[in-house]
Amino acid sequence: MADITELIHDYLRHNKKFPHVFCAGCGHGIVLGALIRSIHALGLSKDEVCIVAGIGCSGRIAAYVDFNTVHTTHGRALTFATGIKMANPKLKVITIMGDGDAMSIGGNHLIHAARRNIGVTALVLNNNIYGMTGGQCSATTPQGATTQTTPFGQMEKAFDIVTLAAAAGANGVYRGSTFHVNMLDRLVATAIERPGFNLVEIITPCHTQYGRKNKYKSAVDMFKWIKKNCVPKEKFDALPEADRGEKMPIGTFVEKDHKGLEQLYGELQARLNRPGRPVAEPEQPSAQHAEESRNIMNKEPK
Amino acid sequence: MAQKKSKQRKAVFALGNEAVVEGALLAGCSFYAGYPITPSSEIMEVMAARLPRSEDGVFIQMEDEIASMGAIIGASLAGRKAMTATSGPGFSLMQENLGFACMTEVPLVVVNVMRGGPSTGLPTSPAQGDVQQARWGTHGDHPVIVLSASDVRECLEMTITAFNFAEKYRTPVILLLDEITAHTREKIELPEPGELEIVGRSYPTVPPEWYKPYEDTMRGVSPMPPIGSGYRHHVTGLTHDVLGFPTQRPDEVKAIMERLFRKIDQFYPDIMLVEEYMTEDADIGVVAYGSVARSAELAIDMAREQGYKAGLIKLKTLFPFPKPFVNRLAARCSRIVVPEMNMGQMSREVKRVAARTTSIRTVNRIDGQIITPTQICKAITQG
Repeated sequence: MADITELIHDYLRHNKKFPHVFCAGCGHGIVLGALIRSIHALGLSKDEVCIVAGIGCSGRIAAYVDFNTVHTTHGRALTFATGIKMANPKLKVITIMGDGDAMSIGGNHLIHAARRNIGVTALVLNNNIYGMTGGQCSATTPQGATTQTTPFGQMEKAFDIVTLAAAAGANGVYRGSTFHVNMLDRLVATAIERPGFNLVEIITPCHTQYGRKNKYKSAVDMFKWIKKNCVPKEKFDALPEADRGEKMPIGTFVEKDHKGLEQLYGELQARLNRPGRPVAEPEQPSAQHAEESRNIMNKEPK
Repeated sequence: MAQKKSKQRKAVFALGNEAVVEGALLAGCSFYAGYPITPSSEIMEVMAARLPRSEDGVFIQMEDEIASMGAIIGASLAGRKAMTATSGPGFSLMQENLGFACMTEVPLVVVNVMRGGPSTGLPTSPAQGDVQQARWGTHGDHPVIVLSASDVRECLEMTITAFNFAEKYRTPVILLLDEITAHTREKIELPEPGELEIVGRSYPTVPPEWYKPYEDTMRGVSPMPPIGSGYRHHVTGLTHDVLGFPTQRPDEVKAIMERLFRKIDQFYPDIMLVEEYMTEDADIGVVAYGSVARSAELAIDMAREQGYKAGLIKLKTLFPFPKPFVNRLAARCSRIVVPEMNMGQMSREVKRVAARTTSIRTVNRIDGQIITPTQICKAITQG
């Protein structure tokens, strides 16, 4: 434990005035830990990592870690990340967004980043609520939940982030939880390492804004809820439909091996600038790709 | 940017939009992100063909104008000279991220080819309705540089100037064209590489441990290393201290905000660009910009033929408003005519400066047609 604490301290900024903004019992610190452990495990240097964050509680993670960090405008993290990655493909670009960021105001950017398969890792911290602004409902607030802007219960349905990202064509789609930390470390590391657009949805609790209004009075109650409802995908798939209830699968949803946009662009540029130089044929969209997308759509993991 | 005659110089028959691309590439632009919109699309199309053919040029078509701005800010942070081009509706979408670029001092160039508005308006007709939006479009108090061009040659020159200002002052620069300037095809001579002054951004000279990303300097502009160069730092749209970390301390907030303004304010003489035409002996002045300035130039000749001593100030810099030049003209003239394709967005600035010294007459047109020389000449001669 002490080693891990020390490791995290190596990657934190010491010139930033702590304490951080997260409430006691928030899951965002666990994600920060998972991010640092994954980057360390992959042996990446601090200089080659660029963290691009949106607005909200999750966006503040960027200020605390000692990488190249950009805290952008609300919902636009992926657009900045796209610019950075295309401008310098050598960088490992990781975006950190909340559910409001990624699914509401930035929903368009998310599906297009997935479609164009830009080599960016997207961590979507899903706490089902707008935490920083005081607990308004988000696009992932479950139907029936009470929030500041749905005092009589949410009528609208929630987005399923992994299904959406998969359908939009992401190269890798994962879901982890802040309770299942070892698995989270593994998923984040995989998502950072792989080419193309890789998205990890991370179920993280907000007892301050979400739990308080929805019968999870404390952080412990929220983590118990996550523990109970996040089940490994294989187990989830084996469950009969009737037993699934609130449960959601965690694990690997999609893993494809398409080249990232920046790589395809680099190859195009090499071809255009050095005529006669043999270059690999451009990748053809495979029938398998369509089939995979269709399977995901039909499965409806939730 | 006077240029010497040279027989080797390549002549092209180019659109204003194409000249913008030539200018940008000469200035060292190596990143373009955009979203198609009439009447600016040719800029994007030519960029799409040219950039991938260069050693390190990047072209990307984004999903909307918000994303285009995000991408060029990202690219600029990663060390590229970056630009986008759009028209009114797209320009409105860019405003939020434009504010981010002002706050985080990211050099970039936004070309707005103005068309009739508001809303979808007149997509293929000229207007000058975005002048005040260019100045005040994004939220919060901020400095910004707005330039304009009136012919194809100027499109090229002012694009280079826009990049130079952006890099020199670490600020977004907006280049306002109108549909006529953008879609006029004229013969221009391309300058040779090396012929024009090209400015790059300054890099830190201290080791990374000592580097303060938003430190005050003599010029008020802090050095800016690209992401990935070892100078790890935090970039945020929140009001930040010299290290780039969010702050609410009034002393730190005041310091950074005042520096943002000062870095532009103290270089007004460098930034305020105008061209004067027959103003030496003028007693009737005209202040114009964009394609209207070309009509105005002809109107001056027509008025002179009729015996009126008219003179023109063509604004190449719209903001910061070239106050000293207009002041000087106002002191000499009994009347100033301000023709523009809007209901008085720039005449407002002229009035602010010169209303006490002289009388100001506006010529406005918002029907999607250019203001003709005859119209301006009439305003000069009949008062």
